[in-house]
Amino acid sequence: MSERNKGMGHLHTSRREFLSGAAALAGVAGVSSVLSKPGIANAAGPTKGGFMKFGMGEGSQTDSLDPATWPSNFTIAALGGSMCNNLTEILPDGSVVPDLAESYEPSEGATKWVFKLRKGSTFHNGKDVTPKDIVESIRHHMGKDSRSAAKDILAQVASVEADGNDTVIFKLASGSADFPFMLADWHLAVMPAKAEGGLDWTAKIGTGPFVLEHFEPGVSAKLTRNPNYHKEGKPYFDEVEFNVISDVVARTNALVTDVVQYMDEIDIKTINMLKRNPDIAIQVISSTRHDAFDMNTQVEPFNNNDVRLALKYAINREEIVSKVYFGTARAGNDNPVAKSMPFAIDPQPQHTYDIEKAKEHLKKAGYDKLKVDLSAAPNSFLGSIEAGTLFKEQAAKAGIEINVIRESDDGYWDKVWLKKSFVSVGYFGRPTPDWLFTQFYQEGAAWNSTHFRHKRFNELLVSARAETDQAKRAAQYSEMQQILHDEGGVIVVAYLNYTNGVSKRVGFNTVGGVFPMDNGRASERWWLNA
Amino acid sequence: MMSPLVRTIISRLLLGGLTLAAVSVIIFSTVSMLPGNFATAILGQSATPETVAAFESHLGLDQPAATRYFKWVGGFLYGDLGESLSSNPGEPRFVADIVSSRLRNTLLLAGVTALIAVPLSIVLGVLSALYRGTTFDRVVNGVSLTTISVPEFFIAYILILFLAVRLRWLPTLSNVNDGMGFVEGVRLMILPVSTLTLGIIAHIMRMTRSAIIGVLASPYIHMAKCKGASPARVILRHALPNAWAPIANVVAVNLAYLVVGVVVVETVFVYPGIGHTMVDAVRTRDIPVVQACALIFASAYILLNLLADIIAISTNPKLLHPR
Repeated sequence: MSERNKGMGHLHTSRREFLSGAAALAGVAGVSSVLSKPGIANAAGPTKGGFMKFGMGEGSQTDSLDPATWPSNFTIAALGGSMCNNLTEILPDGSVVPDLAESYEPSEGATKWVFKLRKGSTFHNGKDVTPKDIVESIRHHMGKDSRSAAKDILAQVASVEADGNDTVIFKLASGSADFPFMLADWHLAVMPAKAEGGLDWTAKIGTGPFVLEHFEPGVSAKLTRNPNYHKEGKPYFDEVEFNVISDVVARTNALVTDVVQYMDEIDIKTINMLKRNPDIAIQVISSTRHDAFDMNTQVEPFNNNDVRLALKYAINREEIVSKVYFGTARAGNDNPVAKSMPFAIDPQPQHTYDIEKAKEHLKKAGYDKLKVDLSAAPNSFLGSIEAGTLFKEQAAKAGIEINVIRESDDGYWDKVWLKKSFVSVGYFGRPTPDWLFTQFYQEGAAWNSTHFRHKRFNELLVSARAETDQAKRAAQYSEMQQILHDEGGVIVVAYLNYTNGVSKRVGFNTVGGVFPMDNGRASERWWLNA
Repeated sequence: MMSPLVRTIISRLLLGGLTLAAVSVIIFSTVSMLPGNFATAILGQSATPETVAAFESHLGLDQPAATRYFKWVGGFLYGDLGESLSSNPGEPRFVADIVSSRLRNTLLLAGVTALIAVPLSIVLGVLSALYRGTTFDRVVNGVSLTTISVPEFFIAYILILFLAVRLRWLPTLSNVNDGMGFVEGVRLMILPVSTLTLGIIAHIMRMTRSAIIGVLASPYIHMAKCKGASPARVILRHALPNAWAPIANVVAVNLAYLVVGVVVVETVFVYPGIGHTMVDAVRTRDIPVVQACALIFASAYILLNLLADIIAISTNPKLLHPR
């Protein structure tokens, strides 16, 4: 997840990962696991105390306390999840609940959202959280000059105003039933407002479970327990420390020697050796990440749906998963909505490797032979060149000649993506279908990578967004997923997992995979067994 | 009339300055030639032309290259390294602040390593020269040549494997920080210091050994022996002073290496030094930081070599009066 800048981060591997290459990893381990298994020795329930140290692969000296710039796992977990809270929080099961809010209520077709604040929640300096703090925490990301990565998701907000001393009212340009999900985005952490207006993020305080004691960008952050935390009984750790360890070998060594009790993004190649270590457990969390080959649905030959279907049947995802991902991801089915997301369905028929069907569709489209160029860069998703090369061999049997063009990582997202008609894309996904579709599949969306234009799809998107009847929404979203599956331009190669190593002393329940680090809140949800 | 020594020093200093100026041009032009526009890189995808222009003028990227170069070099002379690209409105982040604490860490690592490695290798060199051909000589040479022949990260991993992973005596990370106690700091630095020491010891030791052996063949050493001086006195009083020049040179080169070449060791041990910082800055395209690090590395290299030259010249009258 990326960037100090725009929402690119949500889309593909961060520039950091992106340039560091080897440090980053696609998903891993246990194709069948949907959510990570609970920690080993937690039968007795969480125990209090202990000093937990996290080893984080990302994190840089350019990291800042300014939430508008928070790019990576490090800032998400250490600053967003430990020092701060949002108005809402995404639970491990993917549902959204109030956090600093006590309750929220939509009205007027989900265009007006009234948030009541929780009573008695305080900042680390003892001051109460006021509606003004909330308003400034949101406005910080809005406006013309904002360089915040959350600017896009707040574009729908027409106004945010304080009302009395415990209420904040959001007015949206159009109805959005998923608005509470958006407010859980890690950039929208709540910090104190300045008296003269604006957000006082330099104060180094939030409302979170831990108080920031020491922060050196690119090196580490240390925090101690907040005794006045508003969640009963939490957090469990006395102290937490987040260490930036970019080198994956150094990170692994640190975990093996118990210098840290958690490392993110383990090296797939060493996973079996780590599994043999009796003190270490592998945490496999199904995420919203997926790797894809995107076709531009508006240009020859991809504007013909039979060509798209031919290509969807000409790829052997199982083989790619086993050879490129070492069996640690799940084969894709041309639905960008990952299983862990609300309203996800598994559209039928499952697109499997079927030469006959591919040939049939190719014939229907009027081709005997087809020649296409596929652009991929080493980090457009990790292993994209290898996956593309396998695809080339597989599709050749159906009479489709795929010319894999190796693009340079530098400038890939500026010069190749959205410009060429068949490209590889690593998606980070989004917590809700609405969010995902709005950003990547709605006609006219800036990042509509497949240039998808579908009247029915767009109508459903707008109506489902404001629909508050969950059953009706579910029906609408499943129709949309089916449309993408049948007619979309996206070939989902694989769904990825977050694969982390943890000491067996660390206890945790089901771990969320919507955002990294247990939806950002690992430090208050996990514990150390004595 | 200036003494020859002062004259030599001044001319060497001027030459050093010239080299540094040339290096700064190379650094600047190389970095400028990197592909991509840094304003768009930082602002990201949906940067409008206006924000890019505003960003560029804020960074001064809209000015001609020559102007930017002289501004940068001029600032460097005053100790002003400019602002990091990660600066935000209201939160300027000066390159000097980012780099200085990391530079201090690197100098600490280099200093501690030098304090251990240099005397150790000189003593070993002298001893193996004295006892050349003996088992002691062969063992010392064999071991030091082995450690210098394998890449540093490999030595680091071997040390980690045995001392940290198997025996659990030492931590694998050397993430030192200011608030740390002395004992804890020392503990954290043992592994990186050992790795670096093993990496440079052979150079200095072998150079000391051969320099001393060369001198020991001279007639005046025979004279000293004949007049009954003890072996220690022969070495320390008569042989060593005449062997300083080559030793000083190789020590300087190795010290420079300790400052500029520790990137790998810093990465393996996650030591927050300047090499690590530079790698990080390259990844995040924080160009002012990259330039500053490169220039600091170059300065360290040139300064230390200058120092070695001066020591070599001042201890050798022959070089002071070139014909």
